[in-house]
Amino acid sequence: MADRLGELARRFTGLLGSDSVITDPVRLRTYECDGLTVHRTTPGLVVLPTTAEQIAAVVTECVRTRTPYVARGSGTGLSGGALPRGDGVLIVTTRMRRVLEIDVVGRRAVVEPGVTNLAITQAALPHGYYYAPDPSSQQVCSIGGNLAENSGGAHCLKYGFTVNHVLAAEIVTPDGEIVTLDALDPGYDLLGAFVGSEGTLGIATKTTVRLTRLPEKVKTLLAAFESTEAGGRAVSAVIGAGIVPAAIEMMDALAIEAAEASVRCEYPPGAGAVLIVELDGPEEEVAAEYAQVVDLCSEAFEIRIAADDVERAAIWKGRKSAFAAVGRISPAYIVQDGVVPRTALPEVLARIDALSAEYGCRVANVFHAGDGNLHPLVLFDDADPRAGARAEELSGAILDLCVRHGGSITGEHGVGVDKSRYMPRMFSEDDLDAMHRLRCAFDPWNLCNPGKIFPTPRLCGEVPGVRRGVHPLVASGEAELW
Amino acid sequence: MVTADRGLFAALSRVCPDVREATEDDAITGVIPSWTAAPATAAEAAALMRLAAHHDLAVTARGAGTKLDWGNPPRRADLLVDLGNLDGILEHQAGDLVVRVQPGVRLDPLARILAEQGQQLALDDPVGGATVGGTISTAVCGPRRLRYGAPRDLLIGVTTVLADGTITRSGGKVIKNVAGYDLGKLFTGAFGTLGLVVEAVFRLHPLPAACAWLILNPADRATAVSAMRTLLHSQAAPSAIEWDSAQGPPEVAALFEGGAAESRAAALRRSLGDGRTSDRPPPWWGTHPDGTLIEVRFPVGRFSEVLGEIDEAARDHAVAARTRGGFGLLHVGVSEDPADAPDTAAFIMRIRGNLAALGGVVIVRRAAGAVRDRVDVWGPGGAVRLMRRVKERFDPQGLLSPGRLVGGV
Ligand SMILES: Cc1cc2nc3c(=O)[nH]c(=O)nc-3n(C[C@H](O)[C@H](O)[C@H](O)COP(=O)(O)OP(=O)(O)OC[C@H]3O[C@@H](n4cnc5c(N)ncnc54)[C@H](O)[C@@H]3O)c2cc1C
Repeated sequence: MADRLGELARRFTGLLGSDSVITDPVRLRTYECDGLTVHRTTPGLVVLPTTAEQIAAVVTECVRTRTPYVARGSGTGLSGGALPRGDGVLIVTTRMRRVLEIDVVGRRAVVEPGVTNLAITQAALPHGYYYAPDPSSQQVCSIGGNLAENSGGAHCLKYGFTVNHVLAAEIVTPDGEIVTLDALDPGYDLLGAFVGSEGTLGIATKTTVRLTRLPEKVKTLLAAFESTEAGGRAVSAVIGAGIVPAAIEMMDALAIEAAEASVRCEYPPGAGAVLIVELDGPEEEVAAEYAQVVDLCSEAFEIRIAADDVERAAIWKGRKSAFAAVGRISPAYIVQDGVVPRTALPEVLARIDALSAEYGCRVANVFHAGDGNLHPLVLFDDADPRAGARAEELSGAILDLCVRHGGSITGEHGVGVDKSRYMPRMFSEDDLDAMHRLRCAFDPWNLCNPGKIFPTPRLCGEVPGVRRGVHPLVASGEAELW
Repeated sequence: MVTADRGLFAALSRVCPDVREATEDDAITGVIPSWTAAPATAAEAAALMRLAAHHDLAVTARGAGTKLDWGNPPRRADLLVDLGNLDGILEHQAGDLVVRVQPGVRLDPLARILAEQGQQLALDDPVGGATVGGTISTAVCGPRRLRYGAPRDLLIGVTTVLADGTITRSGGKVIKNVAGYDLGKLFTGAFGTLGLVVEAVFRLHPLPAACAWLILNPADRATAVSAMRTLLHSQAAPSAIEWDSAQGPPEVAALFEGGAAESRAAALRRSLGDGRTSDRPPPWWGTHPDGTLIEVRFPVGRFSEVLGEIDEAARDHAVAARTRGGFGLLHVGVSEDPADAPDTAAFIMRIRGNLAALGGVVIVRRAAGAVRDRVDVWGPGGAVRLMRRVKERFDPQGLLSPGRLVGGV
């Protein structure tokens, strides 16, 4: 293996130049994990390409030598999607950061994969436009990573996810070809299938995204409730009234406590839950809906309205800092990401409370209330050797709860390595087999980000008619043939 | 019927009682299959597919049959699987804005039922009478795509019967979900070449409190395009902006939905200095022009150039081209007279060639054999090689509407 990687390093140096190939063990270690730090592997080799052609050449070499490879953007992923392979190559896009085109008339931007989410918005803002999907990590995360994870954000209730905003993607396929997937082309929606495929169907090298017109008016309010049940009733009332807010976010008492400790957001004291509701759109429409929302939050004991952008930022500050803030009240924590049908929220939250008591772990809840996407933060003390395992178990029990209520094991962070073992709780073997057919169509050698999404190693049979001998992994009993 | 066929017929009726010999009415772009079977359950559909795979029967799926004359004729067609009887609304969780339906449900009655709860599946039905299964498989959209997107944007879960009879599911019942590959995307626009859609879950939207149309009668194309640009880039957030030249002089209409719809429309009327507002759309709204039907897709920013190309090509080839549509999607209606087929074909090839440079794609939808003989209805397509590989994995025997899609997939 070392020989093979050594040979590849020499070839890549020839192709990309020596400053684009990392072999130094200390530098390699800086790429050992993404935002989910419990999973760590030092990559065999790191390359920092600057063009699609370079990526294609790297992939081609990897295929020739049957070396696994993984794409990495900014490494903020929370499911271990960019976890490297010790026996493989990590292809990092941070040197591909050019915004190639802002086409205001055509309402679109063309960008390289390493461009950050926020950079697109910043480039478009002077023209009165922005890029709508807004993950909380938007200052750092790359558009390539967003594509791979189909990232969402607080405002995706109204505006949709990455997949609803990508118009075309140039990709390097797992056989090293540069191909453009375009939403305009007839036939299978390969672009739609590529988005959210967690880097397993190829590497995005150029992306065309839709730009969205800035709303005429934005109105943000913070409503404080005695309990999450009362807050939940307000959410149901708003949705039931046919209002689609740009965002509707909830935090429970423990999450508020953490946010206070960390960023002093000064939410109304004594709140069992706060709700952030943001309305945007044409001024008259927002004004009418806003009055309705205030009415529907009748159970709130305090409502604050942002008078300007500064106050709006103050309201959002607590919410946006919530994940990291939990570090202030607990030595360690797990960020969970599950989804339930919105109407099941009250029941699920009550059950999470019960589970929290049962496992003796505190759980702080932050969630996108409009679409039932929960981010329970399971707190534990990592000094206690058993606490981590207990927290892990509780975190898994919450996912079971989501699945039992007809929801999902992940709403935006992806499956990666972290949740592949939960996939069978949501999908049957036949379902996974069907998904695997798509993978095999793109990557018959299973070299492109292997070991992610699927719970057990699966191999691609030859397309019937061209079957040749038994795969070595099957022969050795390491994998089943699918 | 030969003896072997009689045996097959008996075998088919054993797994699906509602099976009969096909007639001309069951033709798929002119190809008449041997049998038509209408399964009453997804399990029956799966049993049919298993049997078909065993006997190497080529299968085409049908919803209401409103677009069965789109695409290429299948290379083979033995069995037409009519999904019209699978027409149940299985679950409508109003509080979750989600509906789970069988493929044979028609958009129109579904809309009425959802409206009772103040909700809608925000998909247009330009041909009329379409089922949800057909809408997914053909990826048809209309004016409101501007606000709500295409079928692929609203489909959140799908259950399918694959070519070997396996029933599989992807996605789910929640709007936000990134677990596993979203196979629903593959099935949108697949024209039944990957499997039968036997269940679909859609994201719903609230019915807008009010709708208002701003209708303009611009003096010429340039004025129309400029007004449409103003509408597109305005903060009044129109849900749809459409153009029509099929009825005569160009007309432009924009839909405003929700709070203050009428006054938002009126404000734009004032700033454009033209038009009238109405609580009803113009008669052509959301329909396709008559005649041989050509679909043109293009980047939003190219609207004016695309219209220009179409006009110029029409003039040069002496074709009367009626256009209808908006940013990104136009439909062109031309003569269906067989005598005009050579000109029509030349016109299609001309715009296909010229629009390619603008990132445009030209697809022939409804056309007589005389046109189809002269042009490839799909054009070259995009990532056809990848599509072919997907097809090989999902349908290795090549039984599902073989050849109906772009690139002979
Ligand atoms: C504090 C914090 C807040 C977050 N908030 C949100 C949120 O609100 N919403 C949300 O959805 N996510 C959120 N995330 C998760 C994460 O930011 C997103 O998943 C993001 O899209 C990852 O982008 P990245 O560039 O960091 O990707 P990486 O972590 O580098 O990679 C993620 C995956 O993408 C693949 N990949 C990367 N680049 C490419 C490419 N060019 N082509 C193909 N595959 C590629 C990798 O192989 C990997 O599988 C948050 C993370 C943090 C740390």
